[in-house]
Amino acid sequence: MTDRNFYGLNLSNRLLLGTAQYPSPAILADAVKCSSVEMVTVSLRRESGADRAGQTFWQMIRDLGVRVLPNTAGCHTVKEAVTTAHMAREVFQTNSIKLEVIGEDDTLQPDVFGLVEAARILSDDGFEVWPYTTQDLIVAGKLLDAGCEVLMPWGAPIGSGQGLNDVFGLRAMRAHFPDVPLVVDAGLGLPSHAAQAMELGYDAVLLNTAVAKAGDPAAMAVAFSEATRAGQAAFEAGPMEVRDMAEPSTPVMGKAFLS
Amino acid sequence: MRIVLNGEERDVEAANLADALQALDYGDAIVATALNGEFIPHDQREATPLKEGDAIEVLAPMQGG
Repeated sequence: MTDRNFYGLNLSNRLLLGTAQYPSPAILADAVKCSSVEMVTVSLRRESGADRAGQTFWQMIRDLGVRVLPNTAGCHTVKEAVTTAHMAREVFQTNSIKLEVIGEDDTLQPDVFGLVEAARILSDDGFEVWPYTTQDLIVAGKLLDAGCEVLMPWGAPIGSGQGLNDVFGLRAMRAHFPDVPLVVDAGLGLPSHAAQAMELGYDAVLLNTAVAKAGDPAAMAVAFSEATRAGQAAFEAGPMEVRDMAEPSTPVMGKAFLS
Repeated sequence: MRIVLNGEERDVEAANLADALQALDYGDAIVATALNGEFIPHDQREATPLKEGDAIEVLAPMQGG
């Protein structure tokens, strides 16, 4: 187990789980409990004084005893994201914020210019910013300059389940920022994708749809949790180098001449 | 007084934002508020007067990815 921490937070389970799109609140709770995740993402939405749906949800999350990482999902401007972050800090009583500034609706690709600007504003205001970004190294550097201590490049477009679309970019990011906690956020569809991210040396994975939309979300959450641990263990064990050509694993020395 | 609550027009009689939340049945619900796009912290609601046409956003915890 690496001793990497996230703004001082130690997570023994490096699977971070979203809380949206589950068939029911009970199934979400099962998925969280069965997989032993320690941090979940949450959001803010309009509340009606009549039904107060958000209050029920929030009580359920608190009963689960997990940490929350509020997001700014759906925000397209710096102002929207910063205002949402302030509202989230008050409601959730945490300085942590998963910062999303969406630039394009078909891919939900982040607006990295707005992201850096919002990250600076929020970091200066005491937030611990977890920015949803791309694998762009220059943007990553500017996010770090802005005060971010964690980076969260996307694996693939949100909700797509495609896995790691740019392994080279992710590997380059890991190599370029060896001391920065890195989380692959979004686009994972299978536990093998999570394992692959961790085998690259990433420190955590964050996903939602792949679990929530599984036939059995709780079982899939467990599968992702185990894959995340396996990938992490594999990275720490030191994977072999890939070769172009075959090399016999059985010793040639001592082989009988029988022809 | 006519205001816009979470995108819908509503009539409410309230001198300030804190009164409006009570009048709109939020009671002790855990919510965050914004007035005309600006975040209004909980402890500033009572000191925040309302006027005709104000847009109030009342947000609460919700599922998110």
